[in-house]
Amino acid sequence: MSIDISVRIGDLELKNPVMTASGTFGYGEEYAEFLDLSRLGAIVVKGLSLNPKEGNPPPRIVETASGMLNAIGLQNIGIERFIREKVPFLKTYDTKIIVNFFGDSVNEYVAAAERLSSVHGIHALEMNVSCPNKQAGWSIFGTDPLVMSQVVGAVRKASGLPLIVKLSPNVTDIAHMAKVAADAGADALSVINTLTGMAIDIRTRRPKLANRTGGLSGPAIKPVAVRMVYDVYKAVKIPIIGVGGIMNTEDALEFILAGASAVAVGTANFIRPTVSVEIIDGIAAFLAQEHISSFHSLRGTAHES
Amino acid sequence: MIEVNTGTDPLLKRAFSLFRITGKDLQILYRVRGKGTAILKNMKEGAYLDMLGPLGSFYPLPPEDQIPLIIAGGIGIASVFSLAERLAGRAIVFYGARKKYDLLMFKEIEACAHELVVSTDDGSAGRKGTVAEAVEAFLRSHASLIASCAIYACGPYPLLKTLAQMTQEYRIRTYVSMEEHMACGIGACLGCVVKTRDGYKRVCKEGPVMSATEILW
Repeated sequence: MSIDISVRIGDLELKNPVMTASGTFGYGEEYAEFLDLSRLGAIVVKGLSLNPKEGNPPPRIVETASGMLNAIGLQNIGIERFIREKVPFLKTYDTKIIVNFFGDSVNEYVAAAERLSSVHGIHALEMNVSCPNKQAGWSIFGTDPLVMSQVVGAVRKASGLPLIVKLSPNVTDIAHMAKVAADAGADALSVINTLTGMAIDIRTRRPKLANRTGGLSGPAIKPVAVRMVYDVYKAVKIPIIGVGGIMNTEDALEFILAGASAVAVGTANFIRPTVSVEIIDGIAAFLAQEHISSFHSLRGTAHES
Repeated sequence: MIEVNTGTDPLLKRAFSLFRITGKDLQILYRVRGKGTAILKNMKEGAYLDMLGPLGSFYPLPPEDQIPLIIAGGIGIASVFSLAERLAGRAIVFYGARKKYDLLMFKEIEACAHELVVSTDDGSAGRKGTVAEAVEAFLRSHASLIASCAIYACGPYPLLKTLAQMTQEYRIRTYVSMEEHMACGIGACLGCVVKTRDGYKRVCKEGPVMSATEILW
């Protein structure tokens, strides 16, 4: 029996609920020799800005207990080069392309969204309002409700593509931020981005990352992410993409039960390039084993009393 | 990239040089330094390991008329050993370590080197001092050969940096194998970059072997 595991994220139809988290899958081509990209529900590409960004000096990553800190600093080739050099390649695959993007100002966000929305082969946008690796001040897009409302609202008007807002976990009340994003016009939410963290070398007595702080990802953050998806699910009606430390099928299903409609696999791609496909097959196998005919019926069932 | 652990701590794969390929065997040579290598050390013979590779670049082989100088600092021998083997009898190898005990694969490297110059920090084997000092002494006493030399080096960052500065002075083509914290090994995470004249380059993809002159040390 083949089980339908397709999902809808707003107007975006995915053949399955597994996508790749931004920043962990390059521009897709890095993984093409390891797996058939057409198997994926969607590819979320590395965050892009209007102009190329050089990123932070090394060391940029450090391993921590069941996780890693990164401070890449949003290094990217810029939107124009992405459109010219990467989109033609991505278009040859039967999957959905979601472009993660960011700006340094509301105007830059709007200009980036407008440019990306005019490109054939890009199916949705994911707004990064929450990268912890930008200089002070930038994080207000993801942590100040009024500023987030303004920037999401402006991008909403500028783009007709499905708009996903990736929420920062570095806030007191993520459910409130979710409501703000939804009210400002987001079609879906990615929950969560990395948690700000730090590691210090006891011999040099200096932070291990050149940027001092970085974003924590990996299995270490999964319980936090699951709880946040659970809270956001109660607060908003729009679909949620669960992100944070998913290593296998069981982890992915946990997010679905907490209220996610789909999941994005991140750090696990670094360890097993084929992990997303294994999770897609694993979800189908789980449904068959448990005699569940509708994937949708699982969503949010952890909320039932 | 080798998965030393199927659990989540340590989480990431480990990057190793391909030390040697003999028939059907692929060998790595490592020094126990942290969690990952400690796990490797405690593995039983016959255990299975997940591996992704080979990845990245290798040393460009020198033309016939060139004199290859191979430089290994400590466990850096793991990276340059197969080059020395391939250049059977052609290379002048400079091998430095802290002490005699740390000179691994000594007989094997001696067998495939045209000439072997050993140095140790404590003088327990070869000349006392750093491998960079040994290289410099050689260059000073072989001025007429310099034009036909090419350098291939792997070792700690300070050694590579010293070499890069020295060989630039002597105008010798120099290739170094770089090391950086690495998560994916396939060019996606952008974690393992080094700064070059053309911006940041990935050690896993554009490297690990890079031209010393392109790196901004």
